[in-house]
Amino acid sequence: MSYQRPTIHHPELPKNDLGYVSRDYEGAISTLCAGCGHDSISAAVIQACWEMSIEPHRVAKLSGIGCSSKTPTYFLGKSHGFNSVHGRMPSIATGANLANRDLIYIGVSGDGDTASIGMGQFAHVVRRSLNMLYMVENNGCYGLTKGQDSATADIGSKSKKGVENLYSPIDLVSIAIQLGATFVGRSFSGDKQQLIPLIKAAVSHHGFAFIDVISPCVTFNNNVGSTKSYDYVREHVEATGTVDFVPMRKEITTQYEAGKTQEVTLHDGSTIHLHKAETGHDIHDRQAALNAIEDQKRKGSYLTGLLYMDPNAADLHEMISTTNKPLSQLTEAELCPGSKALENINNSLR
Amino acid sequence: MHKIKALNDFVIKFANINGTGSASANSMFAKAIFRMGIPVSPRNIFPSNIQGLPTWYEVRISEKGYLGRRGGIDVMVCMNPQSMAKDVAEVEAGGYFVYDSSKPLDIQYIRKDIHYIGIPFTQICLREYSDPRQRQLFKNIIYVGSLAALLDIEFKVLQDLVSEQFKGKEKLIAPNIHAMELGYRHAQENFECPLPVRLKRCDNVGNQILIDGNTAAGLGAIYGGATVAAWYPITPSTSVVDAFEKYTRRLRIDPGTGKKNYAIVQAEDELSAMGMVIGAMWNGARAFTATSGPGVSLMTEFLGLAYFAEIPVVLINVQRAGPSTGMPTRTQQADVLAAAYASHGDTKQVLLFPSNAKDCFDMTAQAFDLAERLQTPVILMTDLDLGMNDTLSPPFEWDDSRTYDRGKVLNAEQLDKIEKFGRYLDVDGDGICYRTYPGTHPSKGAFFTRGTSRDEYAVYTEDGAAYLRNVERLLKKWETAKDHVPAPELYAERNPGTADGVLFYGTSASSTLEALDILAGEGIELDAIRVRAFPFNQDVQKFIDAHQRVFVIEQNRDAQLRSLLLIENNADPQKLISLLHIDGTPIMARSIAAQLRKYFDSNVTPLRRSAKSAG
Ligand SMILES: Cc1ncc(C[n+]2csc(CCOP(=O)(O)OP(=O)(O)O)c2C)c(N)n1
Ligand code: SF4
Repeated sequence: MSYQRPTIHHPELPKNDLGYVSRDYEGAISTLCAGCGHDSISAAVIQACWEMSIEPHRVAKLSGIGCSSKTPTYFLGKSHGFNSVHGRMPSIATGANLANRDLIYIGVSGDGDTASIGMGQFAHVVRRSLNMLYMVENNGCYGLTKGQDSATADIGSKSKKGVENLYSPIDLVSIAIQLGATFVGRSFSGDKQQLIPLIKAAVSHHGFAFIDVISPCVTFNNNVGSTKSYDYVREHVEATGTVDFVPMRKEITTQYEAGKTQEVTLHDGSTIHLHKAETGHDIHDRQAALNAIEDQKRKGSYLTGLLYMDPNAADLHEMISTTNKPLSQLTEAELCPGSKALENINNSLR
Repeated sequence: MHKIKALNDFVIKFANINGTGSASANSMFAKAIFRMGIPVSPRNIFPSNIQGLPTWYEVRISEKGYLGRRGGIDVMVCMNPQSMAKDVAEVEAGGYFVYDSSKPLDIQYIRKDIHYIGIPFTQICLREYSDPRQRQLFKNIIYVGSLAALLDIEFKVLQDLVSEQFKGKEKLIAPNIHAMELGYRHAQENFECPLPVRLKRCDNVGNQILIDGNTAAGLGAIYGGATVAAWYPITPSTSVVDAFEKYTRRLRIDPGTGKKNYAIVQAEDELSAMGMVIGAMWNGARAFTATSGPGVSLMTEFLGLAYFAEIPVVLINVQRAGPSTGMPTRTQQADVLAAAYASHGDTKQVLLFPSNAKDCFDMTAQAFDLAERLQTPVILMTDLDLGMNDTLSPPFEWDDSRTYDRGKVLNAEQLDKIEKFGRYLDVDGDGICYRTYPGTHPSKGAFFTRGTSRDEYAVYTEDGAAYLRNVERLLKKWETAKDHVPAPELYAERNPGTADGVLFYGTSASSTLEALDILAGEGIELDAIRVRAFPFNQDVQKFIDAHQRVFVIEQNRDAQLRSLLLIENNADPQKLISLLHIDGTPIMARSIAAQLRKYFDSNVTPLRRSAKSAG
């Protein structure tokens, strides 16, 4: 169930150029676990769109299936949304964009949604240079189906069952760069200072913009062996018939400077290292970006920030030379060749 | 020895080797007959292989205009030693066997009851041409020339066709005509010309055109206003999008900018192709995809989403023989159930069954109206036989005063007048709700599209009552659909009041109607109905009720349409008797007549549905 927020707001709230307050960019109340990184990302989207004075109804928000894919319900309530099927948001976004090139397309996906079932569609939407923002809310696990490892999980990381992951992780930012994405960034859900401008830049980018946002899962980053862990608690409350137990946690936030590495402790007590790209990082050099990502990976940390960008990208419409007017707005006169033309075709077939 | 005598009414078959360039010579042969005013229906019978394997081209010539496959071969043109044993065996007693006599014919191929016409095609080519490729290509033209003499095809008609074919490559015209003459002369000098099987100009073609069903569907998509085509290559559907591309390039370029008023995307797979169609239709464009069985399987997850979220979709399914990869280049009507209930859960999809090229054109254009009116997927159930073969068709027509039915879509002004928009509110009581396109209104009309359950305002809910209201409304919409889809065609005037009827659909039509004529000649009169769409219109039920027995003719093993009739209609299973044809070749008039005859020769209660009755 999604709960709708009351629409009355405080008269003193700051307004953007369109006269909207940031609450005009909110959606339904989130039903995700308290403290889920995904909610912080929704908040960043709201803030970014408000700051950019985007008309909410000119945005189409699309997603697949998963906790992360639920988030479009929780931002931009005045936009049309589309929760497609698992892993297939890219094709829906492609069709939608082909139909109307004038809207702004924001796609949200999870690491399961993108890096496993949707890997094929992801690869091809990048190749096609669709003009959209594609954001993965990456928690290294499947949230909605309760904690299985995803394809972005690190080797050696433990699933909620305590089983070690044996497989090498898929690094979505490197892949996106290799596949030809013209805007690639990585951030952390709790680093609003970095994430909001990154989203703004991605939305403004003409062409395919990809952001991988590391977004901790409260529920399945739980500390094995602790009496407060999900597994432990579930075992001890099962008798009451409780189907699910979700610990209340606070969202993890962080703030650090460019060129610095920050250690972030996740809900299960494990840590990740985030390294913010130096200001000297040449974002127009694809190879340098790949090298920098790889360098940080070897040091055991994630390189964050805007990693690569090609400001002169052509989008799909330019590549296939479609008309400037949205295809969905062509009139019957423009679409139907009429009976005369048909008669000529008939004549050519005799 | 008996010789088959026939004027403008026989079957000729060419046995060729795939990849040797025979296709254009063969189609020139068929087109020449068409231009002589004689109804003709050619069929490619080809392997799933690019080069080297046997391939056949079977041409039915029928002054009366029967276009279905008749069965039996009167004249065989054998250009492939590999398949000779089979080819010789197929010829009707008293028929003719044209072969390459450059080498003597092996004794095993000699039958006493057919006539042999040996022409040294290879030798003629060796003598005339030095280039090996030319030797191969002209061999095809030479046999067309020989047949012109043997069957009395007007040479001028062939000459014109050669000139048209090589328009822009004029240098090739004279050599081709010369090759044709070589074959013509050789036949004339050595054989009785024309044979007792022959052609004569008549006027039975009228203003009809010769076109394949896939091209017709591609054109239908253009006239229907499609702007987005997303697809993934698969035989036998690829030429639908090829045709769409060919004609849109001519007809849909924006005159001001030179840019395209359409978009064609070759997707990475069928899942994606269907997703693109859904996304485009959701966002207000008309979009379609074309595929065949394996593609439909991949699309079913999305078809379920489109059904439940109520998004229009147009899918052209050119059926081929399954299951699985089956026989990719053979025909069947075996996706009926898979398409009708495509996807999990309680799902029902609208199906259209074209029987000829004009249907392909009309029904494809209509599919967009239907899909948008009903806000649901519409699947055109054509097949390889219709899709990939040239067929004689009435010319296509378009009424310029016709306007597209875009269904129930609210624009900004209409939204302004509404207190509260509910995407899934049944305002009109017909089960069809109002939708809005993204970007329409700054504050009203936005909603969330999802495959999960929701209430009337598109808000996610797992409330059982809300779910029930929704799925029952979808059933109401299904009832509404019955009045919108094409009604069945009744052939009741054949013999009103007969006890038995025949029910058929799609490409079985021409053979079935011919079989009924054959039987009528023997005093067996049957009523007939051609089903043109699913959901079934009331007339289908009435037809079943009005007859003691209804023979259901289909080209699949499991009597899929019969199952659908039993599930969706109130029919007595004893009443519906299946006549099936499942070997991957198009169903034949002769075999339909023979199967039906059995029920009238004996008064034994027929088996309800058995493999034996399949023939
Ligand atoms: C075809 C299909 N297979 C499986 C599922 C079940 N499923 C739902 S969400 C999900 C994984 C979600 O993981 P992720 O994309 O990482 O999102 P998160 O919940 O972690 O945000 C799976 C496997 C499904 N809905 N559809
Ligand atoms: S399960 Fe994890 S990913 Fe899903 S809402 Fe809860 S915290 Fe977020």
